Amino acid sequence: MASITLKNIVKKYDDGFPAVNNVSLDIADGEFVILVGPSGCGKSTLLRMIVGLEDITSGELQINGRRMNEAAPKDRNLAMVFQNYALYPHLTVYENIAFPLRLAKDANGGGSVDEKVQRAAKMLELTEHLDRKPANLSGGQRQRVAMGRAIVREADAFLFDEPLSNLDAKLRGQMRAEIAQLQRSLGVTSVYVTHDQTEAMTLGDRVAVLKKGILQQVASPRELYEQPVNLFVAGFIGSPSMNFLPATITEGSGGTVLSTPIGDIPIPADRAAVAQGKDLVLVGVRPEFFEDATLVDEAKMPKGSVFTAELSHLEWLGHEQYGYIEFEPDEKVRRLLSDLAADMDADELRPQVVTTLSAESRVRPGRPVELWVDTSRIHIFDPESGENLTRDAEAGAELTRMAAEERERELAAARERDAQKA
Amino acid sequence: MSTETLTPEEAEGQRRARRAKRNTSIGWWVITIVVAVWCLFPVASILATSFKTPGELSNGKFLPDNPSTSNYEEILVGDSQELFLSALWNSIGISIIATLIAVVLATLCAYAIARLDFPGKKIVLTVSLMVSMFPVISLVTPLFNLWRSIGLYDTWPGLIIPYLSLTLPIAIWTLAAFFQQIPWELEQAAQVDGATPLQAFRKVIVPLAAPGVFTTAIIAFFIAWNDFVYGISLTSTEAARPVPAALAFFTGASQFESPTGAISAAAIIVTIPVVLLVMLFQKQIVAGLTSGAVKG
Repeated sequence: MASITLKNIVKKYDDGFPAVNNVSLDIADGEFVILVGPSGCGKSTLLRMIVGLEDITSGELQINGRRMNEAAPKDRNLAMVFQNYALYPHLTVYENIAFPLRLAKDANGGGSVDEKVQRAAKMLELTEHLDRKPANLSGGQRQRVAMGRAIVREADAFLFDEPLSNLDAKLRGQMRAEIAQLQRSLGVTSVYVTHDQTEAMTLGDRVAVLKKGILQQVASPRELYEQPVNLFVAGFIGSPSMNFLPATITEGSGGTVLSTPIGDIPIPADRAAVAQGKDLVLVGVRPEFFEDATLVDEAKMPKGSVFTAELSHLEWLGHEQYGYIEFEPDEKVRRLLSDLAADMDADELRPQVVTTLSAESRVRPGRPVELWVDTSRIHIFDPESGENLTRDAEAGAELTRMAAEERERELAAARERDAQKA
Repeated sequence: MSTETLTPEEAEGQRRARRAKRNTSIGWWVITIVVAVWCLFPVASILATSFKTPGELSNGKFLPDNPSTSNYEEILVGDSQELFLSALWNSIGISIIATLIAVVLATLCAYAIARLDFPGKKIVLTVSLMVSMFPVISLVTPLFNLWRSIGLYDTWPGLIIPYLSLTLPIAIWTLAAFFQQIPWELEQAAQVDGATPLQAFRKVIVPLAAPGVFTTAIIAFFIAWNDFVYGISLTSTEAARPVPAALAFFTGASQFESPTGAISAAAIIVTIPVVLLVMLFQKQIVAGLTSGAVKG
């Protein structure tokens, strides 16, 4: 078990391109940290620097408080699961799992190899496959063998490099749950690289969002979702992603109003205060902040406001439906949005707003409809810097603190279960 | 069961498809047989000749009338025994040593080429290719003089060294291609699992590369085994003369008898190890051991 500390880590390639730029991150003992970002953001490079497969250009890597920059991979006592599993094709499943133990045999000698392999195989339900070669296994089984090789080591930390990206969707969901349970029951520090935000949100105690080698925000999934620091994080986390609307703030007779291309939305004055002195802002509204105005509870109604818009089309999914509102942004905003899309590795952001409406709503596209929007949760971004002007840092920190407490509780519960078993 | 539900047109179409399939497979068989006859006829002819008695050699028949093993007796226990057996011993020894050295050197070299990024990598590859393209005959005369003056003429090393110039380039090229197919991750995984670079090479890369190394070794062995020009030019006695060169020194029982029968018998004997090698290691050569290492 170990803590991992990254201090101002920089990775520059020979051409001077910084793949990872000044990343600092503290990973506590037993914590599950996800590195997430679009392809090319440096998340894999960062992981490979931790494990020692890439040199660190500058900065310091500490494991358990000891500087490890120069240590060879074999001396760091970390276990890694590779994207393509990297199983040894000439060895059986048993020998694949036993491989690290056989190498370490001279070093420690404690505990028999067979016992450890059998225990790991049992945990991963591989017992009946131990004599097979990796080539004859299914994707999920190969994945488990790779995990087994990591578990058997009793390594200080597990590092995962997009371990589920080669599996089909169903198996991915299943393996995701298995990894989460395994991590909790072993209580081992884990760093997990992915570009899949579902994995990031469901697995991580904390999620580190990277963009072009620069760390954007490290927080619990809830904080990332509810209190993103900037446009990038807000747009990257969440599916369907957050809508960004250009808006100007005007003081009308009915209070402060956001004039957006889809209509005027009255907002509370205190929300608007942060945008003082800016003639144009970007409003971030998550799809589920919208609702068919006729279906909103009386009690909830005052938290938001109602505006009139016309849906261009509607997708009914059974448990909810997506309504799309198209709008015509001006040139400056259009460029801003397409830059943002490029950053997020997404297709061009269409100038449209996605709204998630409840399934029983009978609104129809092509006719003006009354939509309610929860204005207490919308965010206002500075279009120049991308900074979130309405971020409540304290509320965010509280969410992350709660996640940390949750983790402590789960780890304690796992330890207790172990103690009972023993 | 499906034919019941087919309309006559569909049934006709199916028949036509089946006929077309049969026609292509007949075509393949014809090609295969032509190629096999083309390649194996000379071997069969030599085999038949090796069982002929000197009197039958020019009787114009393919098969011997009275098959006799006299030619084999002649080269294995008879007059030519000394000439042939020592040449066979030379050939085996020299080819195996040249192969071993070539494979060991080429394995290390190819591994470096496949894995490391060092200046001059291209040059190493290009030079080795150029060496293998160089006409052997143009090297023989200077080598002959050089070997005589430094005492390598008519010795085993005197043949092993030039053979390396033939076997090394091809070995480096095949092995480099083979190493490049082995996923990098396997080695990295081994290092993370606690192996030193040398352990990773020995326990992961070498076993995976074994089929490639076998293939290369066999190719290198054939090159050395089949050489004639160096063999005849750089040797003068039984001390180092290999079989292909020795065949040229066979004589008949008298000067009026041609040694064709004995030469055929010797040719058959030297072909046997080659055939055996291919049959023994066919699996290794063909097997793609790396399948399943990565997603596939």
